[in-house]
Amino acid sequence: MDLHNLNPSSLKSRFTTRFLRALTEINARKPIASSSSPREIFQRYRRIKDAADTSMAYSVRSRRTWSKATLWRLRTPSHRRRLASFGRRSSLNKTRTTTTASHRGAVVVQITSRGGGLGVQLEELRELVPGGEAMDLCNLLDETAHYIKCLTTQVQVMRTIANLYSLE
Amino acid sequence: MSSRRSGSRQSGASRITDDQIADLVSKLQRLIPELRGRRSDKVNASKVLQETCNYIRNLHREVEGLSDRLSQLLASTDTDNEQAAILRSLLM
Repeated sequence: MDLHNLNPSSLKSRFTTRFLRALTEINARKPIASSSSPREIFQRYRRIKDAADTSMAYSVRSRRTWSKATLWRLRTPSHRRRLASFGRRSSLNKTRTTTTASHRGAVVVQITSRGGGLGVQLEELRELVPGGEAMDLCNLLDETAHYIKCLTTQVQVMRTIANLYSLE
Repeated sequence: MSSRRSGSRQSGASRITDDQIADLVSKLQRLIPELRGRRSDKVNASKVLQETCNYIRNLHREVEGLSDRLSQLLASTDTDNEQAAILRSLLM
């Protein structure tokens, strides 16, 4: 990672600042004793992971469905989430058929026809992308692309930080 | 609750064009390291979606592994505030 030419208004930069701040807070809150219980260790892991996911969700410029879903998931206690999810499933999996013979048409038929084998993979994708259950096909694909870009940035920065810490 | 079974009629509410969908699929394809080198007309949508799911799962696993590593690293260093400040100044 090029440290000298980092654009201060880039996603990477915004995420790094937030995440570092969160890490500092996490560590200040509760210094780990050498005799930490497994539960405490897990809690710290959990806090760091949630801080990373939250920092990234906050750092995106345009309000994305996936980022809003991430924040919602991390801030809403699970019993309220279960109740809410009943209302969120709007008309999904709109089906269209097309008779275009070109390859592009074939791509679309594959994706949009319910009977095709892509149903399972689309469902999988919906589960992997935060908020995916409620998106229509177009948004799902678009959000997935953005989500992947942000995830790779997140991994890159976390790895850099971990490497820097382990040089100690 | 609205019905999820829309059958195979034209969905009037959706203004998605075939081109848009095909474009989005190829955009995804370009993002995934596994598929980046291939010519787009040789990779079908099923493969793109499958590799997308795999890639996202891998990324999730990396985040978990790095969180784990960071939690151990934080535990073993004493001067964290100082280090965080140094890191931040390096990265700005």
